[in-house]
Amino acid sequence: MIPAKFDYKRASSVSEAISLLGEHGSEAKVVSGGHSLVPAMKLRMSRPEVLIDIKRIPGLDTITEEGDEIVIGANCTHSQVMRSEVVQNHLNIVYQAVSKIGDVQIRNRGTIGGSLAHADPSSDYPAVVLACDATIEVEGKEGKRSIPATEFFLGLFWTALAEEEIITAIRFPKVANGTYQKFFQSASRFAVVGVAAVQDGDGVKVGITGVAGTPYRATAVEDAYSGSADAAEHAVDGLEDLMSDHFADETYRAHLAKVMVKKALDAL
Amino acid sequence: MQISMTINGKTYAHDVEPRISLAQYLRETLNLTGTHIGCDTSGCGSCTVHVDGAAAKACTLLAVQVDGSEVTTIEGMANGNEMHPIQAAFKENHGLQCGFCTPGMVMTAADILKNNPNASEEEIRHGLEGNFCRCTGYHNIVKSIQHAAEKMNA
Repeated sequence: MIPAKFDYKRASSVSEAISLLGEHGSEAKVVSGGHSLVPAMKLRMSRPEVLIDIKRIPGLDTITEEGDEIVIGANCTHSQVMRSEVVQNHLNIVYQAVSKIGDVQIRNRGTIGGSLAHADPSSDYPAVVLACDATIEVEGKEGKRSIPATEFFLGLFWTALAEEEIITAIRFPKVANGTYQKFFQSASRFAVVGVAAVQDGDGVKVGITGVAGTPYRATAVEDAYSGSADAAEHAVDGLEDLMSDHFADETYRAHLAKVMVKKALDAL
Repeated sequence: MQISMTINGKTYAHDVEPRISLAQYLRETLNLTGTHIGCDTSGCGSCTVHVDGAAAKACTLLAVQVDGSEVTTIEGMANGNEMHPIQAAFKENHGLQCGFCTPGMVMTAADILKNNPNASEEEIRHGLEGNFCRCTGYHNIVKSIQHAAEKMNA
């Protein structure tokens, strides 16, 4: 399979990437690892006329500790995040999630920024950034802005990222006690259901992927939580866009969401 | 677009269309047909090569993305007529049946053992999760990699 024809541009700085985006608008797609985009292009589900490669922009592939926060550059591969001692020590929930993404080869190329910008409803990172209250750092024509994870995901493959913006980094508060529980789709290794839970004082913060078209914070679980995993019963309360496919229909997925939230709460 | 990369120690330069994958470039331009294309969408692992020392699926990388990289394919594993220990172990342990997945299996195995020379059976199985063998010959593939590890560590 061969993608439709496109022009390839390699950006050497964030400002160059933004000006290329400005020039080509909605006909352009940004690529870093390309492990979601390239297969979609080969299947002709995506047909950008211009591909803007941001992978070689210096400074977007570092992991730094800044006080109580860890900042992961958008171009960091999953393998790089997984091997980072800073992540293992201060953001173990991210280590747990990232080591469950795809397989070795995919982790060697796929990036955190690409995964979030793509916003696949079954990918692992959205649940984690939601539960951690991370911030997505973006840059565009109008300058820089920080988008709270809770405001970033708007729908199926749809985010708050404007057409001429790129993600530059993800800023996480350090997490002392967090867990990521994943029920794998056995062939693709995507999550049928993925649940990230973070202890927050006496309460919890819970992010869920794979269940709805938009990854979400399970606020009903958070409100009902008083130390017992029974709060998991509320995992899909109020949800309107439950996903259903040949791997898991709505009823099964809703049940599995409760089971996985319970596992996550028990693991804290 | 003009690209250049070092493949199995030799430098190549070609003008390629941006939409050509690394796997296609290897197979069709360079005639290195040891890199197989199975699913063609990063699921099956038969196209696994090493890019700058790390296993990658060549079907899901555009050749232009890896411009300037060092690539190793299955053709670069043997030392002249002497098979790489992993290749030899696959032969000795009946680690292949039809052989279609084998180049990818060997390349992933090399990546696993590079990062973890004493990988346990479980770690080997886990490391192979991105490589499918439709003959379902996993038992002997894992055995081959274990034997290769023993020889390489001896």
